[in-house]
Amino acid sequence: MSLQFVIDGLLTGSMIGLGAIGVTLTYSILRFSNFAHGDFMAWGTYATLAVVSAIGATFGKVAPIAPLSFGWPLLVALVVGMAFTALLALLLDRVLFSRLRSQGQAIIVVMASFGASMALRSLLEFTFTSRPTYFSRAIQIAMPVGFGIRITPDQIALLLLTAVLVLGVHLLMTRTQTGRAMQALSQNAALARIVGIDVASVVRVTWIIGGALACVAGVMIGILVQIRPFMGFDMLLPMFAAAILGGIGSIPGAVLGGLIIGLAEAGAVQLIGAEWRAAVSFIILMAVLFVRPIGLFGVRER
Amino acid sequence: MIDLIGYGAFFLTTALIFSLVTLGLNLQWGLTGLFNVGLAGFVAIGAYTSALLTTPDDAARLGGFGLPILVGWLGAMIVGGIAAALTGMATLRLRSDYLAITTFGVAVVVQLVALNAQKLTGGPFGIGFIPRPFGSLAEKPLLFNLSNLAVVAAVTLVAYLALEHLSRSPWGRVLKALREDERAAISLGKSARFYRVQAFAVGGAIMALAGALQAHFTGFIAPDNYLPILTFQVWVMLIVGGSGSNLGAVIGSILVWGIWAGSGTLTSVLFAPEQQARAASLQIVAIGVMLCIILLIRPNGLFGDRLRRPRSGKPAKVPAGESGSGS
Repeated sequence: MSLQFVIDGLLTGSMIGLGAIGVTLTYSILRFSNFAHGDFMAWGTYATLAVVSAIGATFGKVAPIAPLSFGWPLLVALVVGMAFTALLALLLDRVLFSRLRSQGQAIIVVMASFGASMALRSLLEFTFTSRPTYFSRAIQIAMPVGFGIRITPDQIALLLLTAVLVLGVHLLMTRTQTGRAMQALSQNAALARIVGIDVASVVRVTWIIGGALACVAGVMIGILVQIRPFMGFDMLLPMFAAAILGGIGSIPGAVLGGLIIGLAEAGAVQLIGAEWRAAVSFIILMAVLFVRPIGLFGVRER
Repeated sequence: MIDLIGYGAFFLTTALIFSLVTLGLNLQWGLTGLFNVGLAGFVAIGAYTSALLTTPDDAARLGGFGLPILVGWLGAMIVGGIAAALTGMATLRLRSDYLAITTFGVAVVVQLVALNAQKLTGGPFGIGFIPRPFGSLAEKPLLFNLSNLAVVAAVTLVAYLALEHLSRSPWGRVLKALREDERAAISLGKSARFYRVQAFAVGGAIMALAGALQAHFTGFIAPDNYLPILTFQVWVMLIVGGSGSNLGAVIGSILVWGIWAGSGTLTSVLFAPEQQARAASLQIVAIGVMLCIILLIRPNGLFGDRLRRPRSGKPAKVPAGESGSGS
């Protein structure tokens, strides 16, 4: 068995992990599993693609940054896409989720997210058709790094980006007032309210972080694999599995869970075959639910 | 005229098969408060089980046991029930969202097995030559459609009456009690988890039976029949009809299937053939938006029970942002 699966696994794991951060935050702070999260990914990616094309149309062809397959337009577009996805999440919360939440029916919100997911995805299919597209069709030469492992410059850059983002979110959650407020709200909502935490702003920050990271994860998929309307929906089960494996509410847990699932998937692809890949997250999910339902870093509900 | 009756019978048969799935979902969600977003998986399990049991022997895959159709239906219900019971046992001691995520996973895995386990399911090409009730009448489409409609209507009626009886029985009252006030029900000595697993299993069995009916009605099944869109359609049917009401489940199914089939015909008339796929996705957008609007303005649907309280295994926690965007 070639060790190449480690790189593939880490990359898939980064995509899953970045998505799972949003899932775990929504679950622990807003207390519902958001089935529309995968579609935030897809919308963010298509938004980024649209901005890249717009820049391409205005400035002409831009040469990519030395070894990478993309140039500054993609970086600019990614930032715009992140903002767009965060706004989309806020908008959906405003018109749908917050109203249902105020009726106090937690599981209805889950169902609404399911309906919203279906509508969002089909809207993408309507606008962009279900044909896959790409950020770049250039082929990158993978560099050997020893032990039979090869890696492309894009892959290195994206792994680094993931590390920076995860570190950033972790610092935000543990070192800033906003982050502490978020943790307080997820641990004990009633008490958090009593000490005067501004719930509405915490909810906003939750959606902004979740949406922006979903967009990055989607763009990663777009650069390394392809862009399809279903790209986010297919990530939903791995993201949920990662969030539960890591322990609901834990950001390092979500990332670690994502990496474990990514590695397991990549290993399974080598051993059994790519067609069974999607079953890996289900098996891991069931194992966690039976053995340790609170996950690796979870805390028991109080 | 004859064509119209024939189409009417065909339409109603499909709608009643949907009603059966919706009745199963109503037992799980409407009566017990269990959230199943993978019901397409259970429908598929029923369809494939029955197809395997009743098709003639096929060298390319396992079985084809050539058993009578009734055995296929029974087998479908048993396998579907067991699958649902296992799902329930794994997750019902945990938070309610975990059941949702797990059922979602079940549907994904069933879809994978249907696509990839060629020896068992025929892979992407599916299973054909599934025996049809009154297959000898296939020469006379009208008679064939009407007799099939009669069979499906009879099964749906039996399921409806049985569920009505169940929901009024002591068993059904325990389920409602658990849904409304779990702690009070538990203090009366009812095991919440045991009753919920039962309800989930019976619901799964009904969905599987519906899958089997559909398989024998069309005579051909393929993985594409059991995509998440099926789950979505059935949910919309139940929400429109009003969860908690069996009558609502049936009427909601017929109504929504009517809208769905009608808008499908409309798009095929209005749009050029190469735009059909895009128009179809717009149809889904419309139905998805409709679901959200109904949830917002009339959560009880047409015939729904009075407002439910949320099911929560743990002492209810107030969701954050409860005061909404205005705060």
